[in-house]
Amino acid sequence: MLLGPALGLSAMLFTIGVAGVLLRRNAIVLFMCVELMLNAVNLAFVALAQVYGVGAYLIAFFVMTVAAAEAAVGLAIILAVFRHNQSIDLQNINLLHG
Amino acid sequence: MTETVFYIFAAAAVISAAMCVLQRSPVGALIWLVQAMLALGAIFVILDAQFIGVIQILVYAGAIMVLFLFIIMLLNMGRTTSDIRGPAGITATIVLAGLIALELGGLWAYSTPRIGREVRASAGFIEAGKAFAGGQAVQDATAAHGVVGGIAAPLFNEYLVPFEVTSILLLAAIVGAVVLAKRKV
Repeated sequence: MLLGPALGLSAMLFTIGVAGVLLRRNAIVLFMCVELMLNAVNLAFVALAQVYGVGAYLIAFFVMTVAAAEAAVGLAIILAVFRHNQSIDLQNINLLHG
Repeated sequence: MTETVFYIFAAAAVISAAMCVLQRSPVGALIWLVQAMLALGAIFVILDAQFIGVIQILVYAGAIMVLFLFIIMLLNMGRTTSDIRGPAGITATIVLAGLIALELGGLWAYSTPRIGREVRASAGFIEAGKAFAGGQAVQDATAAHGVVGGIAAPLFNEYLVPFEVTSILLLAAIVGAVVLAKRKV
């Protein structure tokens, strides 16, 4: 029965993703860590499909679609920010700083 | 046997994810992330979700990661100085990530014995998806309609409205990306 270990792995990957978001300043690496967190949640859904049936697979499927849309828009925003101030280091992005 | 393979891929996924976070160069971090996603795809296959595993490798490890690589190359940031935060940021990371690990670990420690109690009736290693009614339904659907058919039938019946909404979301994302990426809006 791999449900318990799979959920544990999902929790570990999610924590690593959170640590990455907090630790890095590069916007693209930060974005990659968000993708890692989405993947960890997908793993939890796929593991729980063993309990709750095929709906969990479909949720994982929709999460992937939304992640693809999010990647397209997010990378376009990063591109626009880079064009604006020649850097994607989050320390240099302070448009809302007042 | 299945458990051993699972743990090998789980270790690969965790190590790759950790290396992705700690790797200084964005390209290196991306390659480690692809490795983590391939390991996750293998884990999906082990968990009897073959179709999701294939989609994971095609869409995630393939398309989305190549998109990231394009942007990294476009911004010409292959060689950068370290972007890891200073001591204050590292302390905050350890505290907050530790807190989340604690919460998720508590949830896990609570739910796993409960699952164990529910399947205690049949001793020994239980094949994934045989212990619960939902998992049994998945197995039956796969046996009747095949791996893809078992997912496609509910997708185009019960989940038709979310599926159509997803297409609108993708259209909006495409238009948004084009508008954002166009020079000087």
